[in-house]
Amino acid sequence: MTPIATGGVLRRRIPATGFWSWVTTVDHKRIAKLYGYTGFIFFIVGGLEALLIRLQLARPENAFITPAEYNSLFTMHGTTMIFLVVMPLAAAFMNYLLPLMLGARDVAFPRLNALGYWFFLGGGIVLYSSYILATAGAPAGGFLPETISRLGSAANGGWFMYPPNSGAQFSPGSVIDFWLVGIALAGVGSLVSSVNLLTTIFNLRAPGMSLMKMPVFAWMSMVVNFLLLFSIPIITVAIFMLIFDRQFGTAFFEASGGGDPVLYQHLFWLFGHPEVYILILPAMGIVSEVLPVFSRKPLFGYAAVVFAGIAIGFLGFGVWAHHMFASGIGPITQAAFGLSTMTIAIPTGVKVFNWIATMWGGKLRFTAPMLFAIGFVAMFTIGGLSGVTHSIVPADWQQTDTYYVVAHFHYVLFGGSMFGIFAGLYYWFPKLTGRMYRERLAKYHFWLMFIGFNMTFGPMHYLGLMGMARRTYTYPAGIGLEFWNMISTIGAFLIASSVLLFMANWINSRRRGAPAPIDPWDARTLEWSIPSPPPEYNFGEVPTVRSLDDFWHQKYDEDDLGRVTRRPDADAHIAELTEKHLHPEHRPHLPSPSAFPPLAGLSALGFAFGLLYHATPVGLGLIALGVVGLFASFLSWAREPLEENA
Amino acid sequence: MNRPIRRALLAALFALLLAACGQVTPMDSFAPAGPEAHRILNLSTPVFIIAGVIFLLVEAAIVFAVWKFRDRGDDLEPTQIHGNTRLELLWTIIPALILAGVAIPTVKAVIDLTTRPGDGMEVKVTGHQWWFEFQYPNHDITTANVLVIPVGTPVDLEMTSADVVHSFWVPRLAGKRDVIPGQTTYLKLQADEIGEYWGQCAEFCGLGHANMRIRVQVVSQEDFDAWVADQRQPAVEPANGTPAAAGKDLFLNKGCTSCHVIDGVSDTAQAAAPNLTHIASRDVIAGASLNFTEDDLKAWLANPPAMKPGSYMPNLHLSSDDIDSLIAYLEALK
Repeated sequence: MTPIATGGVLRRRIPATGFWSWVTTVDHKRIAKLYGYTGFIFFIVGGLEALLIRLQLARPENAFITPAEYNSLFTMHGTTMIFLVVMPLAAAFMNYLLPLMLGARDVAFPRLNALGYWFFLGGGIVLYSSYILATAGAPAGGFLPETISRLGSAANGGWFMYPPNSGAQFSPGSVIDFWLVGIALAGVGSLVSSVNLLTTIFNLRAPGMSLMKMPVFAWMSMVVNFLLLFSIPIITVAIFMLIFDRQFGTAFFEASGGGDPVLYQHLFWLFGHPEVYILILPAMGIVSEVLPVFSRKPLFGYAAVVFAGIAIGFLGFGVWAHHMFASGIGPITQAAFGLSTMTIAIPTGVKVFNWIATMWGGKLRFTAPMLFAIGFVAMFTIGGLSGVTHSIVPADWQQTDTYYVVAHFHYVLFGGSMFGIFAGLYYWFPKLTGRMYRERLAKYHFWLMFIGFNMTFGPMHYLGLMGMARRTYTYPAGIGLEFWNMISTIGAFLIASSVLLFMANWINSRRRGAPAPIDPWDARTLEWSIPSPPPEYNFGEVPTVRSLDDFWHQKYDEDDLGRVTRRPDADAHIAELTEKHLHPEHRPHLPSPSAFPPLAGLSALGFAFGLLYHATPVGLGLIALGVVGLFASFLSWAREPLEENA
Repeated sequence: MNRPIRRALLAALFALLLAACGQVTPMDSFAPAGPEAHRILNLSTPVFIIAGVIFLLVEAAIVFAVWKFRDRGDDLEPTQIHGNTRLELLWTIIPALILAGVAIPTVKAVIDLTTRPGDGMEVKVTGHQWWFEFQYPNHDITTANVLVIPVGTPVDLEMTSADVVHSFWVPRLAGKRDVIPGQTTYLKLQADEIGEYWGQCAEFCGLGHANMRIRVQVVSQEDFDAWVADQRQPAVEPANGTPAAAGKDLFLNKGCTSCHVIDGVSDTAQAAAPNLTHIASRDVIAGASLNFTEDDLKAWLANPPAMKPGSYMPNLHLSSDDIDSLIAYLEALK
């Protein structure tokens, strides 16, 4: 807790531990933890929203919560899980791992990295402050059966926020504005983060690590960040047009004013579909790291897996209208987008087959990360296949906006993304904390979650095809929907209990787990060649890379027939690495902590609230403060000395 | 492939369908009752089967690999296989061929099912928050909630919305089509079996979305002609002194006429609410979320927003006598 007094132009106090050290940190590992813990807290919040939804749907014609509350809950559940859970958790992995995997001491722009987190956090705060500050209203002329409770005082237009339902006429009140401003703010965070991580991948790889010697996780991160770079501006544009429609009477999406509500749908999904790959590709990267290590084999067809990921990224921009097959966009458009959607199945299939081939002939160790990785492949396959059934356009006319779709994307985003994320959390836990997690508890977590997940989302395929529409707070009794809805609700509680097991394991093992060695899994990538947890500067000496899976080849010899023998000096080599990284000859220079990214984030938050209250003097004041604060932060940022002690 | 076999295959596919076998529920998309819905099912069934087979093969491969290649505690290291170009090409090309095979009938079905103008009976559909309005331009009929069509006759729906985006969906007759303000969208459907088919607005449209339902009543041509003749009759005029006449007075004086049309009684309404000229000929009210029964009508008139959240029809704080009179009038409007 001792602040280090330093000299320099601005003369700041730089704490090394404690609250302010986290606020001012520019260390990619700490920023990753901030993303991770924030994302996980939102995961719990979004999960509680899901439980309320499932309680309401447990029985037909249920009155557990009101329709207004229900509409807010499903909107916030979707928004939270996408923007505030899977995206930041993916950002946490990318932030933590990219420098370690690439052999770098930090990301390319450490302060920009921090800024990305603070903007994301600001977005989350704006979004959730609506539960306290915002008001929902019935459309002019419509009547509510009850005053809307706080539980219903958050955005209620669905995560897709289609106008005109989300427009001023049909959604008066401010809940939609909070959503729009919050998402726009979080989007800026994702955008700056993508610039930073792309630069890191292209410029900070260790000597010898050509692109085709990068771990697959780094490749998938590259694709994800390109997707973010190109898709976030699109949603931002759509959001601003909608804000203008709501606040200033423009009519971009207002048919009666010459606008077009379908234009919004195109813009939204032009972002929204790449977004799906933004959510799944990091998990694919994680799984591509975990499977080889626990199969004790290299990834089968590294190049194919990499190019399949790139292909998915490219094709992801050409399939958006498959979310709109029912919107009457014309036969040619529908046929074209049906075909482009089918083509995505090809690279996706390549990945699944290559993962299975990676396990084939291996020596599988069923640790928790491996179980989650195998679970990912098995469950994502189901989501992928139901995705193909959506590309059969006329079939999608039946499926779209039903629980069949809800089942589909939960198999992709929960059975896929979240299983991948849990695989990663267990896999890198020893690196992150320097301790081992409890394996048995983790396996209980996996099996409970696996069963609960399938109980919750499996029956939804059936419910959708039996006519259960999405986003409905109730459904009639006696049309065959009762039984499987009840099963689904029970499954949701199994998932919730499995998350409790995970949390217990995490909290307990972090403090009391057995100390983790440098390389507990006998792994393949560079992050396992440095101490657990890594020193602040990551690498005492920047490694030189000779091959893909370089660390494995430092430990093992492989002959032409693929037979491997552990080098006799492998253990000595690891001990030597530990020493080298813990006690480097020259202490590496690191960027100093900076107060300006959080200050800029705070200013942006003030500016955002100013926008929401722009019709009041307080709002105008906040806008002015925000602008001045942002300008001052960036100016000081630019003038800040890079190293305090220099 | 006949229906029992197809059903059995699909049941095997999901293992979940078992619960529904032998019982057709009103919105079962596996129980098509018209050519459009049949075409969709015929197109998607082979895809479901192919997907099911691939699912089984992939999952079997995973389970097999997990069993066969588990660590048995020996010292042998597995052979380091970095890939196999021939295999990888194989599992790129085979899915591509399967998809190409699926793509052709898909494109053909898309074009067939969206071709217009159709040659069917025209019905104009207008989506409102939260009910569907149906107009028969050739018969000069306006009705709501219940779409009455003759069996075996192609119907062309010409759809638009009065407010937000809705989606018209009656799964046993056709797929969905969105109903969009400022635009006209089209949907063809036909029912080959007499009966009642349920539908639901399938695009989230606000508070009452869940309660925005549809009934399609499919009747014989003779019954349809009779229905048309009935609907073209002027509204029934209740005899003086009856409860129904009292109800009519209430209808005229309580503000109902500002939104509800009854031909010859309140023609000047903005038609923001269902046309009630022949409401007693329909068996549902309130966006087809309630039945045209005395109990439901009572509850509805006592507090509409409580029965259908968000309802634009306010709570008029009617006395129970007033409600009884109004119900008598509505029941007279056959």
